[in-house]
Amino acid sequence: MSMILGVPVAVLFGQLLLGIINGAFYALLSLGLAVIFGLLKIINFAHGAMYMLGAMVTVIMFDAMGINYWVALFLAPLVVGCFGVLLEYFLLRRIAGQDHIYSLLLTFGVALMIQGILTNIFGVSGMRYSMPDIFQGGFKLDFMFLPYYRAWVIFMALLVCFGTWFMIEKTKLGSYLRAGTEDAQLMQGFGINVPLLISLTYGFGVMIAAFAGVLAAPIYSVTPVMGSNILIVVFAVVVIGGMGSIAGAIITGLLMGVIEGFTKVFYPEFASAVIFLVMVVVLLIRPSGLFGKEA
Amino acid sequence: MDHPVNQPDIQQAMLDQQKSDQRRKHILNLVLLALLLIAPAVIYPVFLMKILCFSLFAVAFNLLLGFTGLLSFGHAAFLATGSYTTGYLLSNYSGLTTEMGIIVGTAAATVLGVLFAVVAIRRQGIYFAMITLALAQLVYFMFVQAPFTGGEDGMHGVPRGHLFGFIDLENNLAMYYFVLAVFLGGYLLVQRVVGSPFGQVLKAIKQNEPRAISLGYNVNQYKVLAFVMSAGLAGLAGSVKTVVFQLASLNDAHWHMSGEVILMTLLGGTGTLLGPVVGATFVVNLEYQLSQGPLGDWVDPILGAIFVLTVIAFRSGIVGEIQKFVRKNMG
Repeated sequence: MSMILGVPVAVLFGQLLLGIINGAFYALLSLGLAVIFGLLKIINFAHGAMYMLGAMVTVIMFDAMGINYWVALFLAPLVVGCFGVLLEYFLLRRIAGQDHIYSLLLTFGVALMIQGILTNIFGVSGMRYSMPDIFQGGFKLDFMFLPYYRAWVIFMALLVCFGTWFMIEKTKLGSYLRAGTEDAQLMQGFGINVPLLISLTYGFGVMIAAFAGVLAAPIYSVTPVMGSNILIVVFAVVVIGGMGSIAGAIITGLLMGVIEGFTKVFYPEFASAVIFLVMVVVLLIRPSGLFGKEA
Repeated sequence: MDHPVNQPDIQQAMLDQQKSDQRRKHILNLVLLALLLIAPAVIYPVFLMKILCFSLFAVAFNLLLGFTGLLSFGHAAFLATGSYTTGYLLSNYSGLTTEMGIIVGTAAATVLGVLFAVVAIRRQGIYFAMITLALAQLVYFMFVQAPFTGGEDGMHGVPRGHLFGFIDLENNLAMYYFVLAVFLGGYLLVQRVVGSPFGQVLKAIKQNEPRAISLGYNVNQYKVLAFVMSAGLAGLAGSVKTVVFQLASLNDAHWHMSGEVILMTLLGGTGTLLGPVVGATFVVNLEYQLSQGPLGDWVDPILGAIFVLTVIAFRSGIVGEIQKFVRKNMG
């Protein structure tokens, strides 16, 4: 078998693939964070919890009602999205205009509550969720084996990322959103229902996180705490990329996944820390992040 | 014709107000001190020491959030660094007196604070919070991997040793009065810093950073210094905590701990000196009471709910609200 840098090619590509998959999740989550940040100017600390809720709802719907994966792919994000809208309406709205720190703390409290309650009901051991039969097997390529489901995850993540980018940058609704980011008061003056737009934006950002959760359900262990650790990594990704652009969030997410994957090949103990170190380096060289605009 | 209000009168009124505020504070502080001195006769000293350690941790944190306006989401890293360093030293070098172990632990946390500050100070607001959180996670991973921390098990059986070589700290009362002295030292230091010209600049930064810059202050220098001081005091709290409980664990380094200290400070009252102490006392008590009853597993969601409630309903915290009430009703 051929080797690169003393590592079998198959191993290298295997980790690269895992890296891209992880990166796809980072991209989806940081995308949702960026969308919410754009209009609400808050960092949604409950984002990891929403990702977890997406996965949990998928599993629970299947166990309790036999609702299958394909339906869950739409239904779970919708359920979590509605929850997000309620959260925005009843809690976040009350502290609009206050220091942004408070919205961070509020969503942190919400995340603690959701995670704690579910932990008490379901425990922290992983719940099993088997993927649909159609995903059994995979592509046999010359240099590696690509399971169908992993290919599907990458495809769907890219699709959602591109769709969101298209919607925000190229459609009328997206232009409202961007205008709201610039000057919400003026928008209101033009007769656009800004509070509604804000609720929906939060719901939409949360939906992307929940969608990522559904995608994750068959391949990661589904537990109430699955969202908290990935969220901190995604925060680092967001700092690295900067909140400036949607495309920036996507690219940075994928890139960090790949870097993490390669680190697993060459220096496994270091893999969980490498993204944070990249963050430190980026902050020292370019404080506003790779794609950030403001200082 | 309306008489214009006499300027000196207003000044005199403000001075009187300040004086009566000061007097009330002095009396309150003396009463609290007396209570702390006799408390171990009534309450289990180890429990009191836990409250004092977390109070010091929260007071240190508040120097940053309450008086400089910086939200650090990574203060667990300093608590744990102090905790592990002191634990390691006292476990492995039996010749070392306890206070030396604590001093080195505090110094280690201070150095870490410098490193954090240099990186994190480059961004403001919520970015600052995210960066400190990520850096603390990096430190957490280091503690998980490092050979000397005992990994998931943590460090156990750290000897309390002898203070200055001759006071046996195995005695809970001796230990209590030592912890009380450390706590008071930290508290008075923060009080002194906040009241100093340096502290006034910190407050100016909190209220309006661009203005402080335009007035010619090197804002970053002030922020770094405040951050490092806060980190050092948090490390001190961790070091002392290790000596009291004779153990150091990963819990201290987890982001959960960073969240808890925020809650303590916020709940007690950010920007008040006594607030973090009240908040820490409340949270430690609550956790203890809950762990005794049927709700033992519900600590997290309950803390989360308190977080939400505090942010929505009373952002000034317990002490802040009381201050408002007293000012309004007692002139």
